[in-house]
Amino acid sequence: MTIARDAIIVGGGIHGCSTALHLCLRRLKPVLIVKDYAGRHASGVNAGGVRQLARHVAEIPLSIRSMGIWEGIRDLLDDDCGFDSHGQVLVAESDAELDACRVRVADLNERGFTHEELIDGPELRRLAPAVAETCPGGIVSRRDGAASPAQTTTAFRRKAEALGATVREGFPATNLRREQGLWRVDVGSDTYEAPVLVNAAGAWGGRLAAMLGESVPVETVAPMLMITSRVPHFIDPVVILRGRKLSFKQFANGTVLIGGGYLATPDQDRNETILDWGGLAQSARTVHDVFPIMRGATIMRAWAGIEARTRDDLPVFGPSAVHDGLFHQFGFSLHGFQLGPGAGAVMAELIVDGGTQTHIRDISIRRFQSSTP
Amino acid sequence: MTAAPKQETYDVVVIGAGPAGLAAAAVTAKAGLSTLLLDENAGPGGQVWRSVMSTPVIAPDKLGADYWSGKALVEELAASGAEILHRATVWSLDKALDVGFSVGGGSAFVNARRVIIATGALERPLPIPGWTLPGVMTAGAAQTMLKSSGLVPSGQTVLAGQGPLLWLLAAQILRLGGCIDRILETTDRRNWLTALPHALSFLASPYALKGLSLIREVRGKVRVVSGVTELAAAGDGMLQSVRYVAAGKRETVSADLLLLHQGVVPNVNLAMSAGVDHRWDERQLCWSPVCDADGGTSVAGLAIAGDGAGIGGAAAAIASGRIAARGVVAALAPSRLASLPSKDQLAAALDRATLGRAFLDVLYRPSKSFRVPSGDTIVCRCEEVTAQDILQSVAIGATGPNQLKAYRRAGMGPCQGRLCGLTVTELMAETRGKTPQEIGYYRLRAPVKPIALSELAALPKTEEAVSAVVRG
Repeated sequence: MTIARDAIIVGGGIHGCSTALHLCLRRLKPVLIVKDYAGRHASGVNAGGVRQLARHVAEIPLSIRSMGIWEGIRDLLDDDCGFDSHGQVLVAESDAELDACRVRVADLNERGFTHEELIDGPELRRLAPAVAETCPGGIVSRRDGAASPAQTTTAFRRKAEALGATVREGFPATNLRREQGLWRVDVGSDTYEAPVLVNAAGAWGGRLAAMLGESVPVETVAPMLMITSRVPHFIDPVVILRGRKLSFKQFANGTVLIGGGYLATPDQDRNETILDWGGLAQSARTVHDVFPIMRGATIMRAWAGIEARTRDDLPVFGPSAVHDGLFHQFGFSLHGFQLGPGAGAVMAELIVDGGTQTHIRDISIRRFQSSTP
Repeated sequence: MTAAPKQETYDVVVIGAGPAGLAAAAVTAKAGLSTLLLDENAGPGGQVWRSVMSTPVIAPDKLGADYWSGKALVEELAASGAEILHRATVWSLDKALDVGFSVGGGSAFVNARRVIIATGALERPLPIPGWTLPGVMTAGAAQTMLKSSGLVPSGQTVLAGQGPLLWLLAAQILRLGGCIDRILETTDRRNWLTALPHALSFLASPYALKGLSLIREVRGKVRVVSGVTELAAAGDGMLQSVRYVAAGKRETVSADLLLLHQGVVPNVNLAMSAGVDHRWDERQLCWSPVCDADGGTSVAGLAIAGDGAGIGGAAAAIASGRIAARGVVAALAPSRLASLPSKDQLAAALDRATLGRAFLDVLYRPSKSFRVPSGDTIVCRCEEVTAQDILQSVAIGATGPNQLKAYRRAGMGPCQGRLCGLTVTELMAETRGKTPQEIGYYRLRAPVKPIALSELAALPKTEEAVSAVVRG
């Protein structure tokens, strides 16, 4: 059976779900095709950081746009998404690192961005009392925070469905083709057709783009995370480091999430990852150094989600350089969770209005056109 | 006893020193393969022969002849040349057969050409109202104290549930001078009828005589209430009474200690976290690894022996441990095969040992009402998630145990689903009108046992980790 919809979205991560919801808010009827279930991969198992802090300049406008949506997420989704905004703090472990922070903040200010603020040692310890005394300061982004990733992704999916999106979970999108000016795709025994196709397939986004003749230099990666047993409350903001790989967040229930980008080995076709305990041990050592209070904690569980990382660590976002009606929204390179709400809103503007006020030109797929993929 | 492995690589790593692990390690070591046996306990024996070399309960009749039979296998292992590490907790196993474990306050990794998992069984949860009250514990925990320290219950004690181990524990408590006020037996009377076709083979098995005489011994000393259909623990902050319904009659008995048990199921956590394919076993109502005749799994080089591959009891575990070990010898040292019993001999031993198992499985199949709780009965103890909470999560879109984690954190606590996993799968299957196989199980992750952050931080640095820092 062939079913006509206004848009076909491939991928049930936070990006696909957010775009589905925002298209519904613009009175379109999309179909969301999810090969496993919403939030099965990186969107459901990432660190949940809602971070404008320390982003590449090219994606700051999208991040700021997203932050505004995060702050009203409960009203948007009827779900608090576990979102809190206790800020995110980037810690400098040496004076040289603090100098680099100073340069960074000055540069942002010159560009008109004011969300990052330089802080000295006393302010750092006021915000994060447990940070080792040797750290001289850092940068804070006070509106930042964290959310529960699976809860958030699921909430987007649920709200999109409630507003009229068709959600097809458990079937891959196959036989993707363009016929008579429409995109057609098979899902189980059904065929969907629509004038618009959104590639939000996460780790599978590169394959999909390549299939449609738009190769992008992208690899599949699996950043690792681990969580500790409950420890007494000692820190509110999310902490990341300037020099070493670490992100650190204590939840309301006392458990502490430790991440930072050490990679597992993904087995993409089996939906599996093999953990690298050498990398996790390195994270443990960093925590040991920076948070002496954590030395007695125990690690309960470690895992990794599968996602796409581009050569320049920036997303592939916006209209295709080749096909009419094709839009890309993948390759978020380990920092796409916070961008999800804003990217869905902007994508809906691109699809419905043909343009957006949010500056996204520097993350377009066109940047790879002149290079050999 | 050394507190660290002597080598970085072994031909064979066996995990668990119960009947299956002891038997397997003895075979591979004797065949000349470098063998490391890792065991979490202070001494060999697993649960069935716990503390067999050290128990203070030395009068032979108290723990029974089956218990003392473990000594022979322990001695066989000691003579085999296998390296044995006790108090070694395996917390990671992956497809590369890298085994991570804690021992002596530190952690180590070894690599194996073959791994045999022999981590045995754990008790099936019996989630009744009030089962989280202080004063309620599992029969297995009580048996651990009894075997390792000679401790028996002294206050008003009630045993509830069913299965061979419940009777065995009752007999052991009584022989050691402990008291039991009442046994509440939950076996569904209709099971006798469905078990009947398997009765003949059961009567031919060694279980029959032993089991019947145990039951007779216990019934002579304790009031046993059969056909219990409802069960609840009650009390203000701690257990004070046990309420139950039998033959349509509601009764209350005061109690200081309630010991619960309704059989054992394979302990699948390590195998699942290593990526071994599992399937739902409808007869034993649990997940079992998919194994070939030699215990081999979907992960190359990884075999499972003993109750961890499906409940069969100690004698079957010994046989399957030897079969898995023979498979390893066939692959790594085929010239040594001649000195081992033949495949047929071992298979015959396994058949003898599993005679009568079908009867026990069917007779002691737990009733749905004791497997699938309702209302505000707690399912996930770590995160205090009730049956009602799970139904509500299903109503707003949770389709399986892994989605449930996002809604309720069920299964994300320290027990890693050991106490709630089966209940969650069956409850969600029931609610959604699906089979447990379709609903699935938690995706399990290392560390399968918690590991201290400081211990992880002290792992020797690898070259990769160091270069990662430079890149970062």
